[in-house]
Amino acid sequence: MKRILIIGATSAIAEHCARIWAARGDALHLVARNEQHVQVIASDLKVRSASEVTTYCTDLNGIDKHEELLDVADDALEGVDIVLIAHGTLSNQKSCEQSVHETLAEIQTNALSTISLLTLIANRFEAKKSGSICVISSVAGDRGRASNYIYGSAKAMVTAFTSGLRQRLQKSNISVVTIKPGFVDTPMTAEFKKGLLWVKPITVAESIVRAIDGKKTEVYVPQFWCFIMSIIKILPTKIFKRLDL
Amino acid sequence: MTNLTKIYGWGRYSQQDAYLHTPASCASLEFIAKQQNSVLARGMGRSYGDSANALNVLQTTYLNHFIEFDKATGKLTAEAGITLREILEIIVPSGWFLPVTPGTSYVTLGGAIASDVHGKNHHIAGTFGLHVKSLTMLLGTGQVVTTSPQNHADLFHATCGGMGLTGIIISGTIQLLPIRSSLISQKTIKAGCIEAACEAFESNSNATYSVAWIDCLSKGKSLGRSVIMLGEHAAQGGLDIDIQQKISVPFSTPSALLNRATMKVFNTAYWHKSKHNVSQTVALMPYFYPLDAIGEWNRLYGKKGFVQFQCVLPKIDGVANMRKLLTEISNSGEGSFLAVLKQFGVANENLLSFPTEGYTLALDFKASETAIKTVKKLEDMVVEMGGRLYLTKDAVMQESTFKATYPNWEKFEVVREQYGAVGKFSSAQSKRLGLA
Repeated sequence: MKRILIIGATSAIAEHCARIWAARGDALHLVARNEQHVQVIASDLKVRSASEVTTYCTDLNGIDKHEELLDVADDALEGVDIVLIAHGTLSNQKSCEQSVHETLAEIQTNALSTISLLTLIANRFEAKKSGSICVISSVAGDRGRASNYIYGSAKAMVTAFTSGLRQRLQKSNISVVTIKPGFVDTPMTAEFKKGLLWVKPITVAESIVRAIDGKKTEVYVPQFWCFIMSIIKILPTKIFKRLDL
Repeated sequence: MTNLTKIYGWGRYSQQDAYLHTPASCASLEFIAKQQNSVLARGMGRSYGDSANALNVLQTTYLNHFIEFDKATGKLTAEAGITLREILEIIVPSGWFLPVTPGTSYVTLGGAIASDVHGKNHHIAGTFGLHVKSLTMLLGTGQVVTTSPQNHADLFHATCGGMGLTGIIISGTIQLLPIRSSLISQKTIKAGCIEAACEAFESNSNATYSVAWIDCLSKGKSLGRSVIMLGEHAAQGGLDIDIQQKISVPFSTPSALLNRATMKVFNTAYWHKSKHNVSQTVALMPYFYPLDAIGEWNRLYGKKGFVQFQCVLPKIDGVANMRKLLTEISNSGEGSFLAVLKQFGVANENLLSFPTEGYTLALDFKASETAIKTVKKLEDMVVEMGGRLYLTKDAVMQESTFKATYPNWEKFEVVREQYGAVGKFSSAQSKRLGLA
């Protein structure tokens, strides 16, 4: 049985990971903003055979609450083996462009709050020389594009941060997994027209659980995104800047 | 604003451009429902015709949480968007099974209640609705109420089988059936004609499960020849369940592949392959859901899709009438290889529930002008014989047929009026059938 802390537990991807872990009989501690929603998920995970499910509600933008959040998780689970960080918002690019305040708020939610959590978790895991950390970044962080560069730059920060953290924690036997999903059909993307490149959250969740088990490093989900992004990354800027992506 | 998306039923025949709303929680479901003038809840889209088609559709995809499962008593409460397949995955290893199940596990709990589905044990267990202890629903007034056979009984009996037209089912509590094994002891009987098939149902009416594959293309002496499959839950063999899907149809195949010749070959082969009076033990999933092994099998009918015809004929003169119906189908040469015959037990109190005592026949027709004509002709015959058609399968029934064969439709409208459903919940089908 693993003891797993899920931050952003009401995200569709996180919820599907939790269902897989519940079926294995793992103990779960769920952190989310919406009390009512997380309670529904907690009851569901109990029926799906989780050995224990506890919850903690907070707005993760309140960085001064992060230590407390981790203390509560430690107490509830009697030690944490795996942390999944999955919270975030899909920024409205157009309205962010017109508002410094909104842009910084998106960076705060999608990058800074994650970095705060990672810093604290890394130190705790480093002290006990064990643990797995998994963070959901995005293919959007691989190269800034006009259609969503605010969300993308926040995710780029998360990707770069976890890359460095992975090197640092390597010596302490702690794995840091960065997940880069492509288009995922979730409530967060309900407004989008879906095409061939879209996948269900369950597909992403299966990959995440496998990546954590296999102590992987950076994982594109589905894998074909690795190919798509490597092409997008090597395009010369002169050409790239004219593309409508 | 959400984009318009093309939606259709399982038969892919009736299509509609719709605004799809996919609430992430019950709270947002209530919020969205209040915003819209007229909405309809939609689950897996497995009803065949247009009964889940509407301009504003509330997809229950994310409302798929278990609420409570008492392993000691077999009482299960879950949100309406959970599928029977997800339920089976959890309950079977604990020694429980669905009290009633349709031929696919890819339907939601809410859909099973709204269609008041039946299964191979209808003659013994009745419909799904009989095993629903209570359900929580959102009314057109914005109120959330819990209904049961004891509480708001009128609303409960209108909602079970009510095709989502009384309100939005949010969650339901059902009583499960205890099992000692996830295996089924199956016995196969061959009946050379429709009369022999109906006789076999009669003489095996104490079997828990019974259903027949029927050859709708055979004529004359062997008209309605059937392979009857009886089943009982085995007493031992473990409680494992395998819900992995094996294969899937990746795209619409040319519909010409399913023609009179190929179907005839299939039917003849199936008949000769089946052995009379043979008993064997089979796993639960392939026994109850043989077609679920092939994902999106509806694509085999090609881009135009298909319509399904399912009727029930009263027991009195049932066999003779079934022969008349089969003669018509066989002469048309349009029927497919997926034809099913079953004997129903008595009807229940639910206002629009389909089953009544007698024989039910279900078969697909590849969509075409002549097929629709055949279906309409069959519809007229069924009305004359005092039978009716299953709303969950229907895509073409006339208003007059519906009103003549579902005599409780007026009571249904009274309940809808009383609970604020009129004008708030409607589907392409409900409009076609002249419901307010």
